[in-house]
Parts: sequence; structure tokens; C-alpha cells
Amino acid sequence: MNSSVKLAARLENLVGRGHVLGSEVELRDYVIDGCIPAAIARPASAEQVAEVVRFAGSEKLVVVCCGSRSKLEIGMPPRRYDLALDLSGLVEVAHYDPADLTLSVDAGLRLSELATVLAAKGQFLPLMPPCFGASTVGGTIASGMDFALRLQYGSARDFLIGAEFVDGKGQLCKSGGRVVKNVTGYDIHKLLIGSQGTLAAITRLNFRTFPLPELSAGLLASFRSSESAFTFRKEILDSGLPFASVEVFDPEFATLLTNVCKRMDSNALEPHASRQWSIYAAFNGNEAVVGRVHRELQARANRAAAATAEFLDQRANNSLNAGLREAFDWLRRATPNVALLRISQLGFTPAQVEDLQKGIPQSPLRSAFLFNGCGTALLALLCEDDGASGREALEQRLTELLQRLNGGPGSATLLHAPSWLKTRCNVWGAPPPDFRLMQRVKAAFDPENTFSPGRFVGGI
Amino acid sequence: MDLALIRELKTLLGPANVLSQPEDLLLYEFDGSVEKGRPEVVVFPHATTDVSNILKLANKFQVPVVGRGAGTGLSGGALARGGGVMIVFARMNRILELDLENRRAVVQPGVVNLDITRAVEHAGLYFAPDPSSQKSCTIGGNVAENSGGPHTLAAGLTTNHVAELELVLPDGEIVRIGSRQGDTTGYDLCGLFVGSEGTLALVTEIAVKLTRKAELVKTLLAVFDAVSDASRTVAEITARGITPAACEMLDGWTLGVIEDYIHAGFPRDSAAVLLIEVEGVREAAESQAALVAEICQSNHAREVRTAKDDRERDLLWKGRKNAFGAMGRLAPSNYVLDGVIPRSKLPEALERIHEIGTRAGFRIGNIFHAGDGNLHPIILFDPRDPQRFAQAIATAEEIIRMCVSLGGSLTGEHGVGMEKNELMPLLFSDADFDLMRRLHDAFNPNSSLNPGKIFPISKGCGEIRVGKPRQTSGTRA
Repeated sequence: MNSSVKLAARLENLVGRGHVLGSEVELRDYVIDGCIPAAIARPASAEQVAEVVRFAGSEKLVVVCCGSRSKLEIGMPPRRYDLALDLSGLVEVAHYDPADLTLSVDAGLRLSELATVLAAKGQFLPLMPPCFGASTVGGTIASGMDFALRLQYGSARDFLIGAEFVDGKGQLCKSGGRVVKNVTGYDIHKLLIGSQGTLAAITRLNFRTFPLPELSAGLLASFRSSESAFTFRKEILDSGLPFASVEVFDPEFATLLTNVCKRMDSNALEPHASRQWSIYAAFNGNEAVVGRVHRELQARANRAAAATAEFLDQRANNSLNAGLREAFDWLRRATPNVALLRISQLGFTPAQVEDLQKGIPQSPLRSAFLFNGCGTALLALLCEDDGASGREALEQRLTELLQRLNGGPGSATLLHAPSWLKTRCNVWGAPPPDFRLMQRVKAAFDPENTFSPGRFVGGI
Repeated sequence: MDLALIRELKTLLGPANVLSQPEDLLLYEFDGSVEKGRPEVVVFPHATTDVSNILKLANKFQVPVVGRGAGTGLSGGALARGGGVMIVFARMNRILELDLENRRAVVQPGVVNLDITRAVEHAGLYFAPDPSSQKSCTIGGNVAENSGGPHTLAAGLTTNHVAELELVLPDGEIVRIGSRQGDTTGYDLCGLFVGSEGTLALVTEIAVKLTRKAELVKTLLAVFDAVSDASRTVAEITARGITPAACEMLDGWTLGVIEDYIHAGFPRDSAAVLLIEVEGVREAAESQAALVAEICQSNHAREVRTAKDDRERDLLWKGRKNAFGAMGRLAPSNYVLDGVIPRSKLPEALERIHEIGTRAGFRIGNIFHAGDGNLHPIILFDPRDPQRFAQAIATAEEIIRMCVSLGGSLTGEHGVGMEKNELMPLLFSDADFDLMRRLHDAFNPNSSLNPGKIFPISKGCGEIRVGKPRQTSGTRA
């Protein structure tokens, strides 16, 4: 504790009183898998961020960057954890030119606050990660969290056009720019997406923005088998109709989602509580477009012999959208022990999904599955039993799954697991074939290994 | 050049795949830019292992290596600024795999851009990046330069359409990055390597993403009597939240030149035209087309025409895509610039270009991607007049500086290469260069691959010197 107090005092000299936190209660808010930092710096400017990183470098301290901390658990526990660098104090909208549809915003600004600024000009940013209300712009980029809207708008790498950040040497750097088309210099900002804070402290991000759609609508349909649900999914994706998102989920997920929506005071999913495979397809546009998609979807759902097919009213549509967006957050809290896998694989077949879940719905384990339209799936292993036998069953099943998934064409990583489980398996799976190149990138950005050592792929 | 290296290259690849006679090398000292740089030997690999072995040999003899596709680049990216070995990928030109269900194609770097679309269009798919040179430029070059095209506006640059790469690092190591299955675990290495202009590795295989053709494409031609009306129209289209698939501007003077050559049906007596394309499902494309036409008219368009059928559409695009070729009829050489400005600054930027040109006594044409603020002023000159040539270069630099001063950037799609490396400090600080250099050195520590590109090498930038050219053969034409 003594060293912690000293560290806090030295940080205060750098960033000023009020920008350093160090009480026991405050430190506990920054815990990662049981690891507690020695001090927390919450700088007010990019220059201060650079000073803190330089200080950490000269003192050989380890820095873990964070925003709202809603996804700070992703990754391995830190090898060491001296200093939490909280970037949520950087909240300026540096440039917003609605006529250009471009935006430059500080990393610490919350997405929900940014959304208000953009909505006033009829625009939005299609970054829709879980924990949307709390998430900061920088944390969202660093976490690399996926979102279903990607089907229509692409992922962050398609609309992030520039960045400013502090590298491991404590230098304030930038890449890209504020124009929508630019190939000047290396696209360094793309490396920051999903880097989990291991390369740099992100201070500012530039995006292209998008006009808010005139009208939004959604269809929720259920099917008696996974096969018919996946067939319907493929059929509508191949139809050429414009969808914002298309998500398929299994009966267990549907049941959980129903409860989530109920808590949000909506009965959107009520008819689907019967254990069925479901599809949610969101679409938007002007009245003519929405009308046409509605008509064609209805006809296709009828032909596909959907058990139910219902177009949602605005309120139900909003709550279902939110419920699906937040799946990561409520799944990780669904039972005492949850292992939540993110799977990247383009062409999931019903047979593969069944194979994945084979033998899982067996006490004490259950599983819930959500697949978006762009090749990313969430698979949650839920375990009510927190005793030794429950833990053993969860670990065994998870190990098998990781092996099987990473041995196939796609890849799987663990977004959430209880701390005891993280020490027993690598959340990132085996290092990919290009891992040695990643090590070179890490060494170039952060030669002293200041940022979050040990948290990322292959021990980076 | 060490004759032993040439001998070993011939043993490795066969004599038919190695060129070293001066008259052969002459063909490879140019690209589409005004730069020049002659290789000492040109080789044609047929397989990834050939590329790896060539790099190992080059290392042994300590000579630099540069990769080249069709040589249509506009920033000198594929020129041998440091002499040495030029690897031309023309014979690695096979489409290896088509996965239509998952909309992926795996191709070798020498495949011509348009040939990817031709191979998949029967399934209603296409490869979205469409540089004007798409009938001849290769996908390997597109990946190196992160090429764009008219349809970048909605579809994005090459980087948005690459899923996986096979690379050969400067030491000859072969490695795959990215994943054709979607997201990778770890850093987005494809994001770094695409657009690295051949300075980090050579690309030997590419998995590209294919895009579904839109249900309806509407191509509009709006004719204006004042350039300012046309540029205001573009700004208003953007501000109203419409993202056309393409939005091109051609000024009146270049229209006449194109019309003489292509007979695309462009008016000869206008100040500017906009070639605007909207696409999507029928209902969306039709309403957008109507809105675009309305915006054109409210900005005093003299006429708004819609292409009646594919033939008319193709003719309009033929006029646009062959515009730079048409310019060749007017002067011995032309210099196509590539700068970017925030779209709302378009009216101001065009005025400034006109002023700069008038002051220097150049007639500057403008044929460009107006929708994303990507300017292509074109300066006509005679390279045999050294004074005029120097003035053309100085004028180009002034225009690029103007773009940066408006909040823009040095290059939107052509790359930095050896054309703009000395201008890089306009945008980047010492700290930025330091990080870029560390990334460069992490993969290409001896600058053996494509030296003298991207990074400034002139005096005054001593600390950021990377890849000093081995010899001084690389000069402007």
C-alpha cells in the first residue's frame, strides 16, 4: 500500500490532483481477474496521457488502458498491473462536420453521448457494441467487439479513417486523417482495432458518419428445426434485399432473450418462448423500401413454413435490437459460471452447429447460440453448478470446443470466463500461424512491453 | 550488377524468365507516373517458392528488390528506385479458387483486376474496387497501393475487400495473414500490409471479398454551365446524406478532349458535368436518383440525363475511364495528381487549382472522384522542356499543399511512392515517422524491399531516413 501511495503522489505531480485515484475502493473498480492496480491515472489531455506513459516507461511500470471498463475482462489476466490508465477523461468532440459526414472524437467519450450529438444532425455511427450505454469510443475500438449492423455498414475497419494515440515510447502519434478516402502512409489505425490496449493508448479517433435511416423495421420468425432456420437465413441473404442485420439464435438463447426483453418492459419475444430456432432480420430505408422488404419477407416466411413470423412494432423492435446487441453482457451474467465463446466462421451449417452443441444440454451444462449474418457467432456454455463437478464439466467441455473450433476453418476465442477457468486455458486459443508477425508489430509499437503484457494472443 | 546473380537467377527460373539486356530493361523503367527508375534485372516468377528463392538470392548478393504488376501505378511505387531486381508478377496470374457461396475468390497477384469480376459475374457477383486502369492493372498492385476507383465512394478501397494474404517477407519467409473465414485472432495484419506499397513484403496470393451486384443501377449525367454549380451540387448531395455509388466530375475543357476521342455523348459546350451513379434495390435507387436529379436542378443544371440502358451507361463510363488516355492526344506528357480534400471544400479547392494553374501558365483539367473529395487535376506538359517540366512539378506540389491546408491529404488512391515521399512531413510529425519506421524495420530491416518509397529521404530529414536508394538511377523523367 505504501508503494501505491508513493506512486499516486508521483502521478499527481504529472497530471494534477483530481486526476489520480488510489483509494482502496477506487482501485477495486479497476480489478481484472482478481488483479488490482497500484494506482489509477485519469488524464485530462492527450499530452498528459503521453506523460504518464513516458513516466511508466522510465519506471518500468506496466500500464493497462481502459475506458468504461465494461469489456476490460477480455483477455488473459495481466502479468503485472501497476497502473490503470483511464482514458474516460478525454471527452471532446474535436471536429464534427455533418456536411462532410466526418467526425474526430476523443477516445473517452461515451458512444451514447456521441449518439446524441450525431442524432441532432440526423446522423449516427454504426458502432453498436454491447454495454452501449457505458462504452467509450476508444474502448469499443480497442475491444474489437463485433456488432450485427456490420452486415449493412461494415465493421469498424471500414469506417475508422484515422487515429491519434500514444505509443509505448510515450510519443503522441497519428495515422490516417479526417477525409473519407486516404492512402497516405501505413494504415496504422487499423492495427488498433481489437488490439485490447496492447499497442498504444488511444486518445482520439476519426470516423465517417452515416445518415440515420428514415424508417427501421424488423421481422422475427421461428422455425421448428435449425435446418429450416438456416435455410431461411441463406435464402433471405441471397435475395438481394437490403438488411441491416440478420441473426439466428437457438431455443435456449430465445428463452433467455425473452426474459431480457421482459425486463425492458417489452413482450417482443413472448410468442417465441416455446423452444424454437429463431431469426431476427432488421431492415431500414424509405417507406417504399421498407414496404417491399416487408412484403417479400412475409411471402418468403410463408413459403418456408415458419412456425411464426411477425413484424415488430417500433417499441418491440427497439427492445429486441437492444436485447440482441447486449447479448455479451447478459450472457456472461446468466449463471454463476459462464464460458462465452466468439466464433469466426463464414459458412455455418446446421450440421456444424448441432455438432458443436452435441452433448452439451446435459446437466449441469446448457448452451446458447447466436449467429450474425457476417460470420461471427456467440456460443455460451452456461453452468448453474458452482461446485467442483460443475466446474469440471464446464472446463472439459470448453477445452474440447476450443480444440475443435480452432482445428477447423474458423477460429474461436473466449470473451468471458470466470477467473478460475482463465488460469486453466488460453482465452485466445493457440497462436495463429502469423503470430510471429504480430510479435514484431507489438515490439515496434511498444518496445518496453509497457501496455498490458501477457493479456493478448500468445502471451503478447 | 553482379553477373553471378543473373546467372543464378537464370538457373533458378530458366533463361526465359530473366531479362537483363538494356533494351529489355528500358521497358520497365517507367510506370504511369512521371517518375523513372531502371532495374538491373527483371524476373518473372511462376510460384510463391520462386519469389521466396529470388528474395534469398537478392539477399545473398545484397541488392534491392521491387515488386511490379502491370506497371500502371501513378506514384512510382513499382519503379526500381534503387536499381536491383524487379519481380514482375505477370506470370502468376491464375484464379486459384472461387467460393461463391461465401463470396470469396483466391487469386494470384498477377490477375488483372477486371478478370476477377469476369470470373464471377455469372453468379451476380463482382470485385468492387475499380481503378480506371482495371482492364490492365493487377490485383497485386491494387493490394500494394490500396487502390480505389470511382466506386470507392460507397464500396471502399481495396483494403475493404481483402480477407487473407500470402506474403513473402524480405528474407524469403512465406507466411499467411488474415483469414478468409472472417475475423482473425490477434492484430489486423491485412490492414497494415494492404497499402504498404511493397515496402514490407511481397504478396503472392490474395483472398478477396466479392460483392453482390445491385438490383438496379441508375447512371445520371448532369450538365452545368458553371463549375461552381457542379461543385456545390456535390457538396449538397453529401450533406443531404446521399452516398451515391459513384460521383465523378469532369470539367468542360476535358469533356471536349474526351468527346473527340471516345464520342461518349458528353456535351462540348458546358462548364462541367457530373456523372452520378446510385444503386440498390429498385425502390431505393429510384428515389435516390430522383433526389439527386432534384439537387442538380436546384443548383442550375442545364440538363440531367439518365442512361437508358447498359450500353449508354457503359459509354459514359468509357468516356470517364479513358479520360487520361484522351489527354495524351494534346501533349507529349501529362501529370495526373491525386489529392484529397474534405468534400465540403470542393468549390474552394477547384477555384484555387484554377488560380494556381493560371499563375503558372498551365491549363489544368479536372476529372475526378468528386463524391469523396478525391481530386485528380491533370497538368499537360512537354518533358523535353526541362524548365517547363520543373514548373509542372512545382505546380503539382503547390496543389497538393493546398489540399493539405484545406484539411485534406496527400493521396487518395495512387499512393505516396517516390512521387510524394518528400511531402510526407506536411502531414506527419517526427513521432509519426518514428513509429512508421519501426513498423517498416520490423519487416524490412535492411530496406532491401522497395527502397526510397513512402519515407522522405532528402536532406533535412536525416533522422527519419529510411531506405536510402542504393544508387541514383531513380530520378524524375
